[in-house]
Amino acid sequence: MRERSLARRKLTDLLVRIISVLAALFGLFILGWILYVIMARGVGAINWAFFTELPAPPGMMGGGLANAIVGTLLITVLASLIGIPLGLLTGVYLAEFGGQSRLAEAIRFCSNLLMGTPSIIVGVFVYGLIVVPLGDFSAWAGAVALAIIMLPVVARTTEEMLNLVPDSLREAALGLGTPRWKTTLQILFRAAGSGLVTGILLAVARVSGETAPLLFTSLNSPFWFETLNEPIGNLTVTIFNYAMSPYADWQAKAWGASLLITLGVLSATLLARTTLWLRRK
Amino acid sequence: MQTHRRFDWDPVFHYLTLGGGLVLMLVVGAIFWELWQGSQLSLEKFGWSFLVTETWDPVSETFGAASTIYGTLVSTLIAMLIAVPLSLAIALFLVELAPPRVSALVGGGIELLAAIPSIIYGMWGLFVFAPFMSETVQPLLAHIPGPFFTGTPMGIGMLSAGFILALMILPFITAVTRDIFRMVPAVVKESAYGMGSTTWEVTRKVTIPYGIQGIIGACFLGLGRAIGETMAVTFVIGNRHEISASLFAAGNSIASTLANEFTEASEDIYLSSLVELGLVLFGLTLLLQILAQWWLKRTRRKMGGGL
Repeated sequence: MRERSLARRKLTDLLVRIISVLAALFGLFILGWILYVIMARGVGAINWAFFTELPAPPGMMGGGLANAIVGTLLITVLASLIGIPLGLLTGVYLAEFGGQSRLAEAIRFCSNLLMGTPSIIVGVFVYGLIVVPLGDFSAWAGAVALAIIMLPVVARTTEEMLNLVPDSLREAALGLGTPRWKTTLQILFRAAGSGLVTGILLAVARVSGETAPLLFTSLNSPFWFETLNEPIGNLTVTIFNYAMSPYADWQAKAWGASLLITLGVLSATLLARTTLWLRRK
Repeated sequence: MQTHRRFDWDPVFHYLTLGGGLVLMLVVGAIFWELWQGSQLSLEKFGWSFLVTETWDPVSETFGAASTIYGTLVSTLIAMLIAVPLSLAIALFLVELAPPRVSALVGGGIELLAAIPSIIYGMWGLFVFAPFMSETVQPLLAHIPGPFFTGTPMGIGMLSAGFILALMILPFITAVTRDIFRMVPAVVKESAYGMGSTTWEVTRKVTIPYGIQGIIGACFLGLGRAIGETMAVTFVIGNRHEISASLFAAGNSIASTLANEFTEASEDIYLSSLVELGLVLFGLTLLLQILAQWWLKRTRRKMGGGL
């Protein structure tokens, strides 16, 4: 080490400490800033009509986003129905059967790739896969796109959580003559239960705020849907369209919708994180 | 015993779970296939020049990806330049300076930044951050000589997009860096402290060199995210198909172009060119992911578990 005066070394150290505290404060400040803006601007737009009425025509005051709220819930539920079982199966395969085999490694690798694939690419993919052949944007297409985004998240947490279950539990169950499937579903799933729920919750939270994959799959609609084979209103694409519009009333509604989405996603994430945290303690 | 006659469901269960895994692999393959097929028209018409042509003109049906690729790379680069040092500083605070409780709370808050949906960053960016940039930050930056900070301070543009991207990838890089800092054996650090080193000296000469591989891996992960981020960028980047040296200027990225133009594309060649943009983006992220995974795997082998 080159000799330097103690005073200078201490000063540098102090400077770095200050910078590091400031950086942490900066991160928190940004979080606070965003949350504050959403609260302050969003609260005013939320009223009874917001939840119960259909959107007003462009430029007119009033109306609500009832159809978009229901649409977002519906697409998310459909996506979960497709994505969660598939993700769970994959996770079980990786943890219980695959081990370090080449196939399992390949699946793990693909799962990581899919996790890193931009969601808009998934949108373009589902557009070509479903929207073009069927000839119309639809709730189904949106759900499939979101399901694909959920898939690797659920698979990975399932594998991780099952790996945390001690082997002695597996051996005990199998030793008693319990079939493998029963051991997995009734004993391992129960042991890993809260962890699995957490993973699922995080995946659902993540996709319920997604916009990009819905732009070309579910599109949006100002009306109630009649079937699942037509464009369907949803909150995030509505935010996109309304925020870019010149109407003050629409922009206010976009803030209201942002507040709703943020509250939903953040509370789901917080719930999931706390469960996970309590579990690890 | 009756159990002998019972049907053995185990193989069925095994193959069912395997089926789940195969579907996942199939999806990744199908994405590539679909993008490849969808971009055939554009590939045939423009060939390699697609990648280096700046013109993007739906009227004359001439399409080139240069401005979108440039925008993607530059906004990502700005994001990395801001996010990496910030993340390192925050991780340093969380591991070395803050008491455990404060560290857990602050760390949790930073992680929450990752849970905020992309479109919310977009709204905030367009209505709150962009005006702040144009009124306060950009006039200050305009004093810096050189080509980067010239032009009208509009608030939206490459610089704002890069900054918002930085905020979005900050929690990921911070989380991984924090875990890496924590993995440095206490003995190593203590011996340096014992020799009279300051916290900063220990960090610079012990912690960072020890964890450098992992930190680089974390950066790859952040990079992969920034490159494909869509909604936040779409709101603030300005959406202009031109390359400009000024960071104040409006630009676009592959993802934002897709978000803005995909449903408007009426001509086959227009749509095909957009899909080819998607293919380029997919290729870029694949490359980064593969690099990151390979790198992290190597690091893990060297540093042991926990990463």
